[in-house]
Amino acid sequence: MANKPESRLTLQAEQLRYAGIMEKGMFFGLAVLIVTFILYVTGIIRPYIPLNEFSRYFHKDVNSYLAETNIDAGWGWIKMLQYGDFLNFIGIAILASITILCYIFIVPVFWKKKDWVFAILAILEVIVLLIAASGLSAYY
Amino acid sequence: MSNTPYLFENLRIRKLLIIAVSLIAAIILATPSWAETTATASNAAQEVDQAWWLWPIILLAVTFVMGILAVLGGIGGGVLFVPIISGFFPFHLDFVRGTGLMVALTGALAAGPSLLKMNLASLRLAMPAALIASISAIFGAMIGLAIHTEIVHIALGVVILVICIVMITARKSEYPVFPHADRLSSAMRICGIYQEVSTGETIDWKVHRTPLGLFLFVIIGFAAGMFGLGAGWANVPVLNIVMGAPLKISVATSKFLLSVTDTSAAWIYMNKGCLLPLMVVPSIVGIMLGSFVGVRILKITKPTVVRWIVIGLLAFAGVRTLLKGLGI
Repeated sequence: MANKPESRLTLQAEQLRYAGIMEKGMFFGLAVLIVTFILYVTGIIRPYIPLNEFSRYFHKDVNSYLAETNIDAGWGWIKMLQYGDFLNFIGIAILASITILCYIFIVPVFWKKKDWVFAILAILEVIVLLIAASGLSAYY
Repeated sequence: MSNTPYLFENLRIRKLLIIAVSLIAAIILATPSWAETTATASNAAQEVDQAWWLWPIILLAVTFVMGILAVLGGIGGGVLFVPIISGFFPFHLDFVRGTGLMVALTGALAAGPSLLKMNLASLRLAMPAALIASISAIFGAMIGLAIHTEIVHIALGVVILVICIVMITARKSEYPVFPHADRLSSAMRICGIYQEVSTGETIDWKVHRTPLGLFLFVIIGFAAGMFGLGAGWANVPVLNIVMGAPLKISVATSKFLLSVTDTSAAWIYMNKGCLLPLMVVPSIVGIMLGSFVGVRILKITKPTVVRWIVIGLLAFAGVRTLLKGLGI
């Protein structure tokens, strides 16, 4: 027998879980980004590249910028978190990690429902996004 | 009583005037000669050094206007950001694309939760497309960062002009009608149900031509990664016209999809060093604030005129980007 429309209108568990994590992560990431940006532009935390040298680099291509400033590509920013400009990357990394986290958390929901196709799709997506985040691409 | 429509008409005109003035201000700020001067002349760069704070403020102001226009024009902020900022500002395309992706990603992350909770964005419809688009976005980003900037400029100019054509010509179907779902979507149970708030009607939806739709997401993802563009302009026609999802489901799922596609490409740009916080944060904040204001204006205006202004602005930026790539 077909389900009543009312019951079918109920949100799927995985969709609800995804939305919840996405919402919290978004607010947290944005808050961190804004706070660290204020610390950076007010000079409370000293930047690696002085603010008044910003315009010296932004019209150059990224390879020249990295070479001239001795900044490492990939996850090199982790080692430079004592600087105000690199501190901002925490917020950026949080925002860029939300989707990975959401997918990780919906795998068990699909698994429990024995929805194998979508469980595998979610796992594959996590793998793809982790490869993108790994920084391996920075060296090609 | 009879004054009421007149009052609303006046309000509309006033709001449109505000938008038009803001737009003109943005274009004046983005005068090519001014941008090029700052980019090429080292003396000028030294002058700008003294007022480094101008750049984030200008970006905040311009992206604020973009946020309003994006909502009224029915497009994503990312697709406006990249051509306009790369066409008229001295920032290198590498940084513009990285920032554009973060702008599109943040917009999608902000809208995603509500759309999922309202059952308008469908996880089942999005997931297969997202996997394909995010893989191709990685390749698009890697190739886009490896080839000459001039070539990317030319290709971006062409893509922007294609987007304008798509915006002008693309059909939309509120509730596409087709005989039955295809085998793949049936096997994967890509279907759903939602309640249309305006009528209270419960709408069952399904999709067809899933293999073709998924193939098109290879191209969409690649373009999103290569040019740092949000891909809503392409997602919606594919989901709606090609696959037959209702328009509301297509728009909402497209917005959600961007959060996945742009995540993969954003990581590539971030790991390459293409994100400058002094560009990224004001742009994200500007677009978001502009979107909030845009949604309020949308409630009281007819956005048709603004949509044409947006298309005109995009076409102008597309031609400018193309010429930049050709060295003209």
